[in-house]
Formats: sequence, C-alpha cells, structure tokens
Amino acid sequence: MDKRKKEDKITNIIICGVGGQGILLASDILCTAAFLTGYDVKKSEIHGMAQRGGSVITHVRFGRKIYSPLVEEGNADFILAFEKLEALRYSYFLKKDCRIIVNDLQLPPLSVLTGEKEYPDNVIKILKTLGKVDVIQAHDIALRLGNVRVTNVVLLGSLSRYLNFPENIWIDALKENVKPQYQDLNIKAFELGKAAV
Amino acid sequence: MNINKDKKILSGNEAVARGAWEGGCHFAAAYPGTPSTEILENVIKYPEIYAEWSVNEKVALEACAGASFVGARALTAMKHVGLNVAADPMFTLGYTGVTGGLVIVTCDDPGMWSSQDEQDNRHYARHAKIPLLEPSDSNEAKLFTKMAFELSEKFDSVFLLRLTTRISHSSGIVELGERKEVPVKGYIKDIKKRLVLPAHARILHRLVEERLKKLAQYAETFPYNRIEWGDRNLGIISSGVSYMYAKEVFPDASFLKLSFTYPLPKNLIKRFSRAVKRLLVIEEGDPILEQEIKAMGIDVTGKDKIPLCGELDPTVIKRSFGKKTYRVNIDLKNIPERPPVLCPGCPERGVFYVINKLKLIATGDIGCYTLGALPPLNAMDTCICMGASVTNAHGMDKAGGKELSKRLVAVIGDSTFFHMGIPGLINAVYNKGNLNLIILDNLTTAMTGHQPHPGTGKLAHGEEGRRILPEEVARGCGVEFVRIIDPMNLKETEQVIKEALNYEGVTVLIFRSPCIFLRKREPHLVVDVQKCNGCRLCLRLGCPALMMKNIDSKEKPVAYIEPTLCNGCNLCRQLCQHGAINSSKRIE
Repeated sequence: MDKRKKEDKITNIIICGVGGQGILLASDILCTAAFLTGYDVKKSEIHGMAQRGGSVITHVRFGRKIYSPLVEEGNADFILAFEKLEALRYSYFLKKDCRIIVNDLQLPPLSVLTGEKEYPDNVIKILKTLGKVDVIQAHDIALRLGNVRVTNVVLLGSLSRYLNFPENIWIDALKENVKPQYQDLNIKAFELGKAAV
Repeated sequence: MNINKDKKILSGNEAVARGAWEGGCHFAAAYPGTPSTEILENVIKYPEIYAEWSVNEKVALEACAGASFVGARALTAMKHVGLNVAADPMFTLGYTGVTGGLVIVTCDDPGMWSSQDEQDNRHYARHAKIPLLEPSDSNEAKLFTKMAFELSEKFDSVFLLRLTTRISHSSGIVELGERKEVPVKGYIKDIKKRLVLPAHARILHRLVEERLKKLAQYAETFPYNRIEWGDRNLGIISSGVSYMYAKEVFPDASFLKLSFTYPLPKNLIKRFSRAVKRLLVIEEGDPILEQEIKAMGIDVTGKDKIPLCGELDPTVIKRSFGKKTYRVNIDLKNIPERPPVLCPGCPERGVFYVINKLKLIATGDIGCYTLGALPPLNAMDTCICMGASVTNAHGMDKAGGKELSKRLVAVIGDSTFFHMGIPGLINAVYNKGNLNLIILDNLTTAMTGHQPHPGTGKLAHGEEGRRILPEEVARGCGVEFVRIIDPMNLKETEQVIKEALNYEGVTVLIFRSPCIFLRKREPHLVVDVQKCNGCRLCLRLGCPALMMKNIDSKEKPVAYIEPTLCNGCNLCRQLCQHGAINSSKRIE
C-alpha cells in the first residue's frame, strides 16, 4: 500500500441501517457525486429477502481505479449509520482513524421487542472508542421537515462535510436520483445535514 | 442515471439489460428472482424489445427458444435455482442450437442473501454442454451480453452468462454503445434441428461435441481471456467478481483473467502456468477451474486454502493466505441480530398468527411469507422450493395418517401458486388427497419488488392483460371447497381455517389483501397506557412497530406502537382483550 501514490488513494464508505430507511438511494446519490467529480466508483448492495426490515449494508468505494465492489474489513474510512445498533454491528469494517456518522435513532430488533435480548445502552460510548463520532439528529431534522423519509439525505449532507466534492455536484447528484417534486425538500435536508456536523 | 452521453453508472443487472438492447435483442422473458429481477425490469424500459413476465423460468426459456426458432434474438434471466426449473429445455437446446441468438442469464447467489442454496451454476455449462461467459463487473456484463448474441449465432449455440449477487447488485461505470439493429430472420422449418426424436438427437450430439471443440479454440483468442503480467513469482487464475477481489489482495501478481470459462482456453492456461513460479486459482463456490486445471496435470493451490462455503471477498481471501487484517478491538458477538421480518401491516401476519395459535403443521414456500417461520410466529415447518408447499403437504397427508392431516396446511403465495403450485394442486385433487391449501394472495410478487403476475391481470409494461384468478384456477382443477377471506379479519381467518381442516377432500383458502406497499397507509394506532396491563399478547404478532416501554405512571412496562412504523392494520387492536389499542385518527 505504501508504494501507491497519494492520488491512488481510495475512499471506502460503509452505509448501513435498517431495510426501508432509504439506504440504497443514499448510496446511489453518493456514487453519482463521486462519478461526477471524476472518480472511478463501485457500489455493492443486497436486495430481496435481506431487505425486509432487516439489517442493510451497502459498500461504496471511489478513487482513481477501483477493482473490488466490497470494502475490506478494517479498511472503511467512514461508516454512515442510519441506526445506532447497525453502526456497532458493522464497526468491524472500520480502520484506525476512521469517522463514524450516526443517526441518533434506536430501532430495537424483534429479539429486543420480544424481550429475548437487550439493546446495548452505551452504543455511542463504545463507538467513541473506535473512531471519531458525529451523532446527527437526522431523524428529528427530517421529521421537522415534515418527511421522515429524507433522513437519508440529511445524513448524506453530514457526510459531505468530509468528502471535498464541489457543492454543485452534490446538488446535481441529488437531482439525478430524486423525483422533481421532492428535489427542493431533499436539497433542504442535505443543507441541514451539512450544518449539523 | 443519465449523466453523460457515453458513460453511466449501472448495476450489473442494468448493464445486462443495456447489453441486450445494444445487441439487438428482440424478445425477453423472465420470472423474477433475487438477484436477477432487475434484468427484465430494465429490459422492459426499451421499447425495441418485446418483454414479458412469464409464470416460471421453464416457460420463459421455452418462449425464448420459440423466438429463436423464428430467427429473433432472445434473452431470459433467472436466479440460480430458477435454472433448475428451466434445466429441462436448456439441456435439449444445448443440442438443437439456435437460429436467432439465445442467451440465458443465471444470477447465482453465493452467501445465500436471498436464496435457499448456493449452487454454482457454472456446472450447468459443462453439464448441458453450452458455452459460459462470466463478467467481472458491470462494464463486462454489458459487453458480454452484447457479444453473446453474435457468438450464439456464429457458433449455433445457446450461451450461458453467469452473474453473481456481487455482479448483479454492484454498480460501476459502463461505456455505452448504440443498438445494433438486426432483422428477425424468419421461420424456416428444420425438423432435424428442432425435433429431437432419438434419430435426430444422435446426430445432434455429434454436432455438439464438434461445436465444443470450435468453442474451445475460440476461447483461446477471446479478448477478455487475458494475461496481465506482473511479478512472475505468483500467478493467479480467476474469473467473475473473484478476479476483482484477487486484484485488491495481490496487486503485484501476474494474472490470467478468464471470462470465457467453458470450454476453457487450455493452451492459454498452460502458457501462463509455465511462466509463473507459484499458481493460485481464486474462485468462489466449487473448485471448477481448479479441478479442470489439475486434470491438465498442472499443480495449483485453490480450495485447500479458500473456503467452499459462502461468499468470497477481499477479507476472506487475505485470511485464506494468512495475510493480516486490522480489526477493531471490541466483542461484537452479543449484538442482537436483526433478521428480516414481515413488514408492519403485512396481510400475511394474521394468517401466521392463527396457524401458530392453532398449533398447525404448515408446509411453506418461497416468498416474503417464508418469514412467517421466524419467532414469534413460528408458523412454518418446511420450505424446499417453488411450489413444494403443495406437494410436500400431499405426501405428508398420504403417508402421515389421518391425525396429522387434520392439523396440516400448505401455505403458498399468489405468484408462487402460478409459478409451480398448480400441478401439485391438480395432483392432490386427482389422487383424492386432503390438501388444505392456503394461498396468501397479496396481489403481487412482493419479495422481488412487486412484479405483476396472472392474478393481477397486469402485463410487464403495465397494460391490462387477461386476469386469471386463483379461485377460478382452483375450481377448474376440481376443488369444491374454495373460500376467499380477508386476512385482516382474525376471527374469520381462524374460523375458515378450522372449517377447512374438518372438510374431507382438497380445500383452497384464498386470503386476499394487497401487500402493504400497494395500499394507502392507514393512520397509525396508539396504546391507551391506562388500559394496557402489559400482558404482551399483541407482541405475539411479531410486528416491528410494537414494543414494550417503561413509563413513570406504571409498574409494569406497557405496549408502545412506533408511529413511524405502524401502518394501522388493526391486527393488534383485534387481539387486545382490554381495548387498549385505538386508531390515532379518533384521538386526534
């Protein structure tokens, strides 16, 4: 790795949460933005049975040349988590000096609802031992905007603070992936997410 | 994503659809199945291609063969186990060859993200004696699909294109081309080619063996079977997405990247193996390349290091070869799992609640509803393959004795019923069985993303077709006891199931209510904390919107309904003995 030049640097991002939270759309917007910025980009996701309210993870990688669509364990620069427990579940992807951006939301899985298991009460504390953590009130911000479904774009706004893509490219990427009637709402959500870091 | 004219980010499946379009495909047919579904979904967007959702994979492939008979270019796509259903025509088509180019796309699911097995369909190419192409990313997926039509016609052979979940559902940048329009050649009768009487088939088999020799020669020169020289101390042979992982893990090694993987380019493999000191074969699934290369007398390392089970990824490959990886220093073992669950408001939930309550034995089938097997519903005993709920129950009924039959139901979805449930139903009626068939009719193919089927009456492009109702089919199959029930009514659901169990003969119960994704959301429900005594009965529904919460004014935790998840289906409200669950509408 040391032999590789600085411009060969690859950015590895894990986006995770619970099926139905808009994780796939967030990954698409991120990929479009990376592509428009001029990077090679790959993304991997899972559909079907795994999506039904289960734990969902997508991998996004961009840089000069990308081979694998999957991030290697211990190699993620960022984890963008739509739910706290999911941030913890996929923390094995984190490298040293990574950043975790986490939605301040707790969705108990069925085993917790039925009282079989307990939801760990110190997730943020544990995450802080693993890397730098931004806790984002994305769920609340989205609710205030009147549509909980834009939580994903709020979080993407927060992530954008660390990626150095030109601002207009994010807006283009949003427009590329979101239906015209929701574009203004999503741009607002993005800006609020960005301001929340 | 229309970003710039000649490049686009596409998933592997979108890329196959694009390749079909560019390659002049005229006809496409498929049955949905993860991870293959988006191929036809995207083909549908190209008006130049006739596209249809078929009732199953065998039907789809046979229809494609018909299109090929008249000289049209045809493509079918299916998940790996779908090819088992379509295997019968595939083997014979291996003999007949094609007139219009014919491409079968198989999407395998290593890791079983949404499947019942991780069969390696590369075996099918060898078994059916048809050539195999394996793209490593979206760009190759498009390119190979396009090439496959021409090669299919050039070699008079069906082509198998194999993707895996990490090709189908990964995205990358694809270079776009234009559509190459080719005319439909027209029908010319040729019974020696298409009518496989033994006398004809004996001649065809010889042709197949000759064809394979020609294909093997072609594989030697196929431009995407290529050597990438690096450090010659280590040579790696790989194909598909495994090649991409291997490039990450061994960036400096020499590579033989294989894309045309049956028949194999043996001379190329020999040349490569002679030039490197140590040879690895990195492949996901079975040791198919490894065994063929070893049979050539070449010493390679492969599955003695790399796992046979599960997906490969860069981490797995690194660990297989003793390379160190960084891992955060915390114990992740005790994190509560989050398996998929039936959605809040799912119309299937109530039926499973009743099956569990009555302690029935339920043979199951393939779909979202397989999730009815999970706790706390625990309402499914078996799941084998599409349609097997019906036939498994028939066998259990006949061989298990009368007492068992009185507790036995078969549970199948509407789309699965049309796919492969009907022959089993006819079989049970004909053989005087006591099958109790529950059809969970949510009016769509839900798990794969809501494709239409005959019961919806909608066609692939959304226009109206002829609607075929499961009750019409059941009556037509000779079933006398047919009921249509609203599964959102728990009392009626229980009563009708009991009635069916006491009936002598085959019964068909159609629980009809649209998938939660297809209906308007009702206002969410709320718990009256004064009335709730914390009995937890509502939790037996296994609804993700329902949970227990501690509140200051109560000693015991009380039920809580998460408003952002609840769809207001009212099942929990019907269950509550204390009138503690109400609509939020009334309170506001």
